[in-house]
Amino acid sequence: MAQMTMIQAITDAMRTELKNDENVLVFGEDVGQNGGVFRATEGLQKEFGEDRVFDTPLAESGIGGLAIGLGLQGYRPVPEIQFFGFVYEVMDSISGQMARMRYRSGGTHTSPITVRSPFGGGVHTPELHADSLEGLIAQQPGVKVVIPSTPYDAKGLLIASIRDNDPVVFLEHMKLYRSFRGEVPEEEYTIELGKADVKREGKDVTIVTYGAMVHASLKAAEELEKDGVSVEVIDLRTVSPIDTETILESVKKTNRVVVVQEAQRQAGIASHVISEIQERAILHLEAPILRVAAPDTVYAFSEAEEVWLPNHKDIVEKVNSVMNF
Amino acid sequence: MKHVLESVESQFEMFQILNEDGKIVNKEDLPDLSDEELKELMKRMVYTRILDQRSIALNRQGRLGFYAPTAGQEASQLGSHFALEKEDFILPGYRDVPQLIWHGLPLYQAFLFSRGHFHGNQMPEGVHALSPQIIIGAQYVQAAGVGLGMKMRGKKAVAITYTGDGGTSQGDFYEGINFAGAYGANCIFVVQNNGFAISVPRDKQTAAKTLAQKAVAAGIEGIQVDGMDVLAVYAATKHARERAINGEGPMLLELMTYRYGPHTMAGDDPTRYRTSEMDSEWEKKDPLVRFRKYLEGKKLWSEEEENKVIEEAKEDIKNAIKEADKYPKQKVTDLMSNMFETLPGNLQEQMEEYKAKESK
Repeated sequence: MAQMTMIQAITDAMRTELKNDENVLVFGEDVGQNGGVFRATEGLQKEFGEDRVFDTPLAESGIGGLAIGLGLQGYRPVPEIQFFGFVYEVMDSISGQMARMRYRSGGTHTSPITVRSPFGGGVHTPELHADSLEGLIAQQPGVKVVIPSTPYDAKGLLIASIRDNDPVVFLEHMKLYRSFRGEVPEEEYTIELGKADVKREGKDVTIVTYGAMVHASLKAAEELEKDGVSVEVIDLRTVSPIDTETILESVKKTNRVVVVQEAQRQAGIASHVISEIQERAILHLEAPILRVAAPDTVYAFSEAEEVWLPNHKDIVEKVNSVMNF
Repeated sequence: MKHVLESVESQFEMFQILNEDGKIVNKEDLPDLSDEELKELMKRMVYTRILDQRSIALNRQGRLGFYAPTAGQEASQLGSHFALEKEDFILPGYRDVPQLIWHGLPLYQAFLFSRGHFHGNQMPEGVHALSPQIIIGAQYVQAAGVGLGMKMRGKKAVAITYTGDGGTSQGDFYEGINFAGAYGANCIFVVQNNGFAISVPRDKQTAAKTLAQKAVAAGIEGIQVDGMDVLAVYAATKHARERAINGEGPMLLELMTYRYGPHTMAGDDPTRYRTSEMDSEWEKKDPLVRFRKYLEGKKLWSEEEENKVIEEAKEDIKNAIKEADKYPKQKVTDLMSNMFETLPGNLQEQMEEYKAKESK
């Protein structure tokens, strides 16, 4: 075991797969010699060469197309989109093309691609860097969306994503890159995609969440415990498809749910989680399912992040509403 | 201030070998094709013209679905395809079904593509191609990736992709040729300039005098070719292929052509934007007419031979439509099983639902 930050765990996962499979290619804007704008690909080009880890021209759509074409030649591309706010440039390649490749070709062609991209607020980035746009991709059949919240999850999920023979969008929360260290095995391991993880067990109320909100939820759970409220925190880890089984199991135990996301209320995936619960477990509910989400405005100007982003206090408040319904 | 437009445009004079009368006007670039190959090329063009006529008729009878007419573009589509090898990978646009057929896609599958059946898109083993791309420009960025993959694998093969004149206005068009240029990828980018993007004439797309000169923005070679001249199209594509497999990078080919029919069979009416004078002017340039004259002059082609090809085409088409009719109808469970290698939970659940429905 080693102590790693999430970004180190991500680099380690890519190094593992570059070593394991000669078809793995890592490319994007500044990922080569520079080692990535966040150092996620630090040292990889030096270790594996320019044929395996390389820079691209500055064009996200071209990067998406490049990945699809390389996938058609038997490679396993791991392209990077520098910030997920730039996904609009490459929406066709992701949702219009790679997500549909296996289906449209009746299984004769595939897109074994993992698109890595940072997102998330709290670090005062300029415009269109921090936006949570996972909801857009989660609506597209044919692509999985993975969002880790810990170094351990990040490594196991990224290795599993790279090995998956269908496209995966792997979103990395910028605030979690270096905010803490965690135990990460040095050897390779995978975490099954589509499986949630109970990060904290509890019996009074379930919080379903992902990304940076996992940590805000855990902090809220600690505070709530002092008031005698026992909170179970489920980290979805994969936001498409969601692990309804784990959610339902918890809901049937606690009978109360709050869904927490950093995205705006009209975005993200919280409403999908709520629909699944109400269809499958309405008779187990003691209270309506409430959401913690950002206001339905454009992502905040950086000085307004503190007042705009959902935090543990918002979560405590919503949990109390559900408890006192 | 130095003005460069004129000097740029002068670099893109149209490349031609066979004129409208079927006479060789450029001996120097005459491709080295055997008599048999010349006849095969003519055969494919005649066959494809019949395929177009029959496809339009079958579409009108409701026996085909989506169809983008090809008549007029035989030299451009088949001359360029004839310069390829089996290991080359085709990324076609929606009008480029003929290239797929001559690359090995069975005719009945091309018809299933038209009707909207997934089996039409299942490339047989060893047929290196994607099914026709509907998103104009997407095939260009993907071709850059296929061509780079070939280069990295050390393959002596190319990725060839096609778009129209309207498609040159897309961002993906530019990104595709620029990426391929930056990586020196094994690519041939073909622009079939038929003068119109649905109803919008070519000069509404760009102020550039040629589309071939757009290659300059990517720093790659470009050439404008008489797209109604099958020998010129073949020679230019062959040249581009040789350059690419020798590591000299991608090339952009603008083929000047024309479609005699409407944009698609989905209700487009070309009389709204084209004059009959324009049609008849381009009919004089018909690639079949001039190549027929050339081959007849060489005593390589006769009416009998042509009729034989026409009969063969009609027979094949009849059989292919029958085969398409017989192919099993699609079920929702088929569509589900083509989504992922391993079905995620939501689809597993829906699979069970639809299996139950389908077994009723």
